[in-house]
Amino acid sequence: MGISKIWVLAEASGGNVATITLELLAKARELADTVECVYGGADADAIAATLGAHGASKVLSTGDLGGQLAGVPVAAAVAAAVAAGNGPDAVFLGTTYDGRDVAGRLSVRLDAPVITNVVDLVERDGGLAGVEPVFGGTQNVITKFTTDKVGIFLIRPKSFAAEESGGGAAAVEALTVPDTGATGAARIVNRHVEEKSGPQLDEADVVVAGGRGLGEKDNYALVENLAKALGAAPGASRAIVDAGWVPYSYQVGQTGKVVKPTVYIAAGISGATQHLVGMKGSKNIIAINKDPEAPIFSVADLGIVGDVHKVLPKLLEALQNR
Amino acid sequence: MNVVVCVKQIPDPADPGALDPSTNTLKRDGKLILDESDSYGVEMALQLVDAAGGGEVTLVSMAPNSEVSGLRTALAMGAAKAVLVSDDALKGSDALTTAKVLAKAIERAGAYDLVLAATESSDGYTGTVPEQIAEVLGLPSVTFAKSIAIDGGTAKVDRQTEAGYDEVTCPLPAVVSVTAGVVEPRYPSFKGIMAAKSKPVDEVKVADLGLDAANVGWAGAGQAIVEVADAEARQAGEVVEDDGEGYARIVSFLSDLKII
Repeated sequence: MGISKIWVLAEASGGNVATITLELLAKARELADTVECVYGGADADAIAATLGAHGASKVLSTGDLGGQLAGVPVAAAVAAAVAAGNGPDAVFLGTTYDGRDVAGRLSVRLDAPVITNVVDLVERDGGLAGVEPVFGGTQNVITKFTTDKVGIFLIRPKSFAAEESGGGAAAVEALTVPDTGATGAARIVNRHVEEKSGPQLDEADVVVAGGRGLGEKDNYALVENLAKALGAAPGASRAIVDAGWVPYSYQVGQTGKVVKPTVYIAAGISGATQHLVGMKGSKNIIAINKDPEAPIFSVADLGIVGDVHKVLPKLLEALQNR
Repeated sequence: MNVVVCVKQIPDPADPGALDPSTNTLKRDGKLILDESDSYGVEMALQLVDAAGGGEVTLVSMAPNSEVSGLRTALAMGAAKAVLVSDDALKGSDALTTAKVLAKAIERAGAYDLVLAATESSDGYTGTVPEQIAEVLGLPSVTFAKSIAIDGGTAKVDRQTEAGYDEVTCPLPAVVSVTAGVVEPRYPSFKGIMAAKSKPVDEVKVADLGLDAANVGWAGAGQAIVEVADAEARQAGEVVEDDGEGYARIVSFLSDLKII
């Protein structure tokens, strides 16, 4: 697999390009001469300037998806372009809801595997290889493709810094979606936006996350109050999301959001592998846990071995008295 | 209403995982258990069959060494039967091959209305298999379901999104992947555990599914791990016992960083 052309799946909402897309463009630009975006949506014109400014020369747009989830039509369109000889050497997709759908569908259509959970890309044997953290990020494995098919990479958010290239607006071109038969029959009939005040979890400078050590659902208020006092975003471990204390959108970790704030405060979180992967890139980590053996302390800059029910109220009081 | 649930039997997450030094893949030769992520799909399937007033839940799984302990857990919860694909030829299979094998196993499981899977496993976490299965089977799909209701021949799914959730309708048969925490998985009763011991597990080889052993496992994988390296370790900092003044350490830490 030579690396001359990379396609990046562009994602956007309300005319705003997702940060992950800009991150992927920054890396793709480093690796390939030609970087183009693939976009499933009606508003490619609205995002062409931003995508161009981050290095995409073209936006290949399917146009309005008519309520379809992106996976089927976008994958079908990309596969058709590949079959026609117009495809790229590699496709970069973010580890997002739609990115994973497109990658899975595309993989079968091209009969090509996906390298997943990628946090960096390197060249190996003349092709692109993905770097994937395993065991909570204590080890990295590098995986390459062994065929010359299009390389499909699912890349985790926050792996690269978004950076403008100074390019002009990307040229919008149509990408034809072939008939997808029964596979494309799912339809979005209504969208719900969950209003959240305060900073976004994956963009906040400070994150306060709570875990099972809080004891019960009502005690999550301790985390929310501390977050409010610090202008921070509240987060959660998978354990308390699974237990239904807070919505999935609060989850930090392998299956949730990757965060890299200036300060991450883990309250009553033991630090399971799946959680550490999502937060160990934080610049500073404070952990409060009553178990001195908790793995979270192995990554903490400041660890307090104590009861969150005692430490958090005092901390909150001290902050409010300042 | 017949529901097929894809379940994975994984090494106990409580035990530290390790890579097999000769293959650089996850060691899976010890005892395997039901991936907790899959217990939600099993519970959801049982509830849907119950609501429909008839039908059954069938499990499909691919695992080494004829492993059934995870399947027995799900059978004890109430699933009726299972198809287990266990074949040395499958060692080294990537997610795409896994999807092809599971798709064949699903077809073997009999007539179905719905296929459920977790969004991703807790050991390999590629998160692509449900969508790959749907494409192999030529079915529509909805991923990241927070809830599922069946209305005639249509699934009504609330699908997790970055901003909140989407209401999605999808004609059956379909593949739906469910996020953890959508339902409270039941604990198997004693009666369920006893009954599970005699529930049928149809164990098959790759050839029984009409697949060529030369196209699966290591031979069929289109990717290879070329390097394993220790990641840069994060330096552990100071750990102090809370003597009632632990909060003050946090205040000064935040103050030093000019966060407050």
